[in-house]
Formats: sequence, C-alpha cells, structure tokens
Amino acid sequence: MSASHTPPIIEPGYTFASVSDKISSIILGRRTPRWWWLGLAVSISILMVFNLAVTYLLARGVGIWGINIPVGWGFAIINFVWWIGIGHAGTLISAILLLLRQKWRTSINRFAEAMTIFAVACAGAFPLLHMGRPWLFYWLMPYPNTMGTWPQFRSPLVWDVFAVSTYATVSLMFWFVGMVPDLATLRDRAKNRLAQVVYGFLAMGWRGSAVHWHRYETASLLLAGLATPLVVSVHTVVSFDFAIGIEAGWHATIFPPYFVAGAIYSGFAMVMTLSIPLRKLYQLEDFITMRHLDNMAKVMLATGLIVAYGYMMETFMAFYSGDTYEKFMILNRMTGPYRNFYWTLILCNVLLPQVLWLRRVRSSVPMLFVMSLVVNTGMWLERFIIVVTSLHRDFLPSSWGMYYPTRWDWATYLGTLGLFFTLMFLFLRFLPVIAIAEMRGLVPAGSGGKKE
Amino acid sequence: MAQIFHRSTNTVARVSIYGSLVALLALSFALYGLSASPYYTDVNQPKDQPVPFSHRHHAGELGIDCRYCHTSVEESSFAGIPPTQTCMTCHSQIWTNSAMLEPVRASYRSGRSLEWIRVNALPDFVYFNHSIHVHKGIGCTTCHGPIAEMPLTWKANTLQMSWCLGCHRAPEKFVRPRDQVFNPNYQPPADQAVLGAQLVKEYQIQSLTNCSTCHR
Repeated sequence: MSASHTPPIIEPGYTFASVSDKISSIILGRRTPRWWWLGLAVSISILMVFNLAVTYLLARGVGIWGINIPVGWGFAIINFVWWIGIGHAGTLISAILLLLRQKWRTSINRFAEAMTIFAVACAGAFPLLHMGRPWLFYWLMPYPNTMGTWPQFRSPLVWDVFAVSTYATVSLMFWFVGMVPDLATLRDRAKNRLAQVVYGFLAMGWRGSAVHWHRYETASLLLAGLATPLVVSVHTVVSFDFAIGIEAGWHATIFPPYFVAGAIYSGFAMVMTLSIPLRKLYQLEDFITMRHLDNMAKVMLATGLIVAYGYMMETFMAFYSGDTYEKFMILNRMTGPYRNFYWTLILCNVLLPQVLWLRRVRSSVPMLFVMSLVVNTGMWLERFIIVVTSLHRDFLPSSWGMYYPTRWDWATYLGTLGLFFTLMFLFLRFLPVIAIAEMRGLVPAGSGGKKE
Repeated sequence: MAQIFHRSTNTVARVSIYGSLVALLALSFALYGLSASPYYTDVNQPKDQPVPFSHRHHAGELGIDCRYCHTSVEESSFAGIPPTQTCMTCHSQIWTNSAMLEPVRASYRSGRSLEWIRVNALPDFVYFNHSIHVHKGIGCTTCHGPIAEMPLTWKANTLQMSWCLGCHRAPEKFVRPRDQVFNPNYQPPADQAVLGAQLVKEYQIQSLTNCSTCHR
C-alpha cells in the first residue's frame, strides 16, 4: 500500500512544545467544558444507583438477584467476564504493541490503560458481590488462618483471584509509571499551588535527567514484559472457570483462545467507543487520526473472525463428539427459549462486523462508532449465552429452569457503567489523556528541534 | 522558579514508602495475634453463671459421672443441659437452706429453667455430634479440658476449625480406650502412638476431613 493512502499517526505541523501545550491544556488551560459537568453528573447519578443496589444487596443477600438453581451464576459472572474482557485491549495496546514497536499505539495507550483499570475495577466488584458476604473476601487468599485450611488450589476460581489481582496490580503500575514524566510536565506548567503540589507529589521528583529516562525506559520495558503474558493468561484463567467444569458447552479445549480473542475483540470495541467522542470533544483528531480508527477496526475484524471460528467449532464439536448432552445444548441454544439472544449475538459478533472489510466503512467515523456499540452488545450477549444456556438445561431434566434477571441485576450492571464512566470523566479532567512524552517522540525530528 | 517541595520531602517520601510496608506487616501480625488471643477466642475465661456451679466439686471431688447430668451425650448430637430436677435429686436433701442455691429452688418451684450462660458453642453452620465422638473413644476432657479442676467452667479450646482438623487429621494422637472416655482424670499413656494406632484400627476411626463432614 502506498504511503499516500495511509493517514499519518500524527498530523503534520506539530512541535515538541505544541504537542505538550495541546494535551496539557485539556487539564490546565481552558475552562472545564459544560459537557464534562453534564457527563460527570449523569455518571455519578448512575453510580448512585450502583450504591443503592449494592447496599440493598448487602442488607438482603444475593436472593434479590435472579439467580437460583439451576442458574447460579447469572449476571454476576456475565458482567465479570464482559468487563474483564474489555480491559484486555488496554493491556494489548500498552504491552504487546509496545514490544512490537507499533508507534500508532502511542496516542491511544494512555486512555486504553485507564479503561483497563476502570474495567477491572468494575469486573472485580461482581465476584465479590456474588460471594454473598464480600467482607470475608480475604478468605480467598492463602494466609495462615484459624480454619487450618488453604483455598482449594484445584479450583479455577482460586486461580481467578490471582489472575485478576495480578492483572489489576500490573496494569495500575504500568499506567502510573508511564504517566510519571507527564505528571512532571503538568507540575511544571501548573499555575495554582494545589495543582503543583498534587502533580508534584504524583511525579515523585521527576526531573527528566538522563538517569531518570533510562530507568523509565527500563521500567516500562520490564512492565511490558510482565503484562504481555497477562494479555493471554488472565482471560485464559477466566475461561477455565467454565472449561474445568463438566457442563455441556463449557467443557471445551477451545475456550482459552476463544475467550482471549473475544476479550480483545470487545476491548478494542470499547476503545473505539471511547476514543471517537473523545477526539471530537477535545479536538484531538490530529493525534487520534483515521489511521488509529482504521487499525483498531482491523484488529476488531481479525479477532471477530477468531471468535466466529470459535462459534463454528463449538457447533461442529457438539455433533462430531456425538455426545447427547453437547448436541442438546447447542440445539437448545439455537432453538430453545434463549434463541433470540443467540441469533442476536451471531448478528452482532459475526455478521454485521463483516462490513469492516470495506474501506468505506473503516473511514466513516459514525459507522465505526455504531459497529463498536454493536460488538460491545454482541460480546455481552455471548457471555449471557455461555453462562445461561449451559446451566438452565443441563444433565437432569427434572431440575431444568429459566433465568430471569431482576431489576437489581440490571441496577448493578448499569451501576458499574456509572462507576466506569465516573472514573473515566475524572480521568479525562485531571490526568493527561494522551501520553505527552511519547507523543513528542512522534514529532518528526526536524520540526521538533525547537526548544520549549 | 521556586521549589514546590522542601528538600526534606525526599526523606519523607523514602520513610513513608518503606514505613508503610513495615506498618502493613505489623498490622497483619497484630491482627493475627488478636485472633489467637483469649480476648477473641474466650479460651480460659471462666464465665459467671446464675448459680456458681462447680465442676471441680461435682465431677472432681464427688466423682459424679458426666452422664448423670449430661444424659444424652451417648445417643444424641447434644450432650444435654440438665433440668433443675436433676439438681434437686440431691439438693432436695442436702444444702437445702443454702442461700447460694436459692435460684435452683426458685426454678424448681416456678418451673422456669435456670438460664445458664453457654460456654462452648459452635456456629450453626457446623454439624457436630457428641455421640459419635464418645463412641469412637474421644474423651470429654479431650475437648472440654480439665473439667474436674474448674470451679467455674471455662472454654478450654478455641473450637476454631483448625483445632477440629488437628484431631480429624490425626485421630490416633487423641483417641483413648472407650472405658476411659468419661474419666475426667485420664492421662494419655507414654505409648499413645502405639495405643492410638491400635485403637484407630479397632474402633474403625476414619480421618474425615471432607468439607461436607461438618458443613452439611
């Protein structure tokens, strides 16, 4: 492909100083825009719904949810898997694309990482709340206890604890370490004393010396190395939650790669959902260019095809295995009481995203935005189908049943969206949404030579 | 441009980073210590009762058999708290004017039970059965401690799960001959290892450590 057809990863005409100005002025320069206040107000209102739902849950117990035998997992696990999957794109962008020296990652990695952390926070809430007595969460940890036992290390639910807590820790470290030079930039540019002190505190004494940069680069590479296996391992362990069980539709070796691909699929969809309004509202089209959107659309297309292959193999293996229960499960998925969910999922995750093959679609911002929402919906439905259809009609027909989420299920799920967007809005307002220091590295050498 | 922070901030930063690690460690040790302390476990804390009943006197000095009062210990999950009538089998004849025993007589007259303060209690999510333990050669004092030396009864063991498992994982260390189960002064012999192994075989004691053994 000739270079003239490929949009650049940063529009021409920028210098070191103008890059710093543009990004730091979002925080320090202009007045807080009205849409920010509006967005934050709406998000906090939804967050309050979450608080209400959780408070009532703690008072009454998980009986307020729609879960019961045979479907004991329900929304809690659906939403957990959905959120944690969304986080994966951030880690992929920040770690794997860093190691692969993909420069286009630079302008989206910061808020993709923020998205990861906030998504993991939302994800983590669900298993904790699902435990029924979240204040005893530390029982999940191996520590010398009065029970004289260890957690059941043969259970993937315990592996999950380690996978997710490691993931949260490494993501947070990566995010923070990457932000230190930018925090120092903000400290140096801040006019008001409070901002100077807060950014100065967070910048941990960064002076931009050669030693600092050397350590910064080393730490970034080390953390990228640590985070790279996590992109694959975390959702693999999440898939083990299902695959280790003997339920029809869960007990499949394809689950780990199929889950990881689905995670990256939904994650990139979420990055797209967030970056399109973001670049518009903050006039960042020069930094998050059509090249970025195009690349993300391609990643979505690729991972979407892997996911589609997963659906195909699930169906094929059900019949190829000849197992009565597997066959019944897949037919029940396609023709049973939840068939509308299944076919909507196929529509959202497999059929509609094929339009991304067309360059015309990939260069249309509204179309991309719609596709990102479609994929997010589809991936949520996928988790619903996996959790509910396997459980609601399993080996014992006498215990078959239906799963209906209650209003509290919905309140908790929508509430985590409130949590996510509240954190996101605060992040947009108070932290550099694009990595300033790394963006300076993209400025062509000739034009960036001017001193600030 | 003026410095934002005083140079002492460097020291403060270092101290707080390492200090918080130390503080965290100290906190976990403190919590662990607290969870093992009598303040939390109630072990060795004599409890005041409506009548100062002395096991030392009745079971130790007088030698009354445990089962005289705790009648259901061999047949039931619950050993049984004696009704006032059991006290009155003797106390209608001796110490009939004792002021200390007035609550017992009042209970007998009115038919209202004495409200003893529970000393050993397991949570409701634990299934425990006295009869099987007694029949497999676990003595009263193995769990309830030197009951014949207690003027007021106290909890002798934590009753925490790790304590239960201590025996369930190695019953041969604690089992005694069946005819010694109700002997409050029983001392394990020097060759407990040999005797224990032999009794475990003879009484067909299983080392039950499944969750559902107790959490049914």
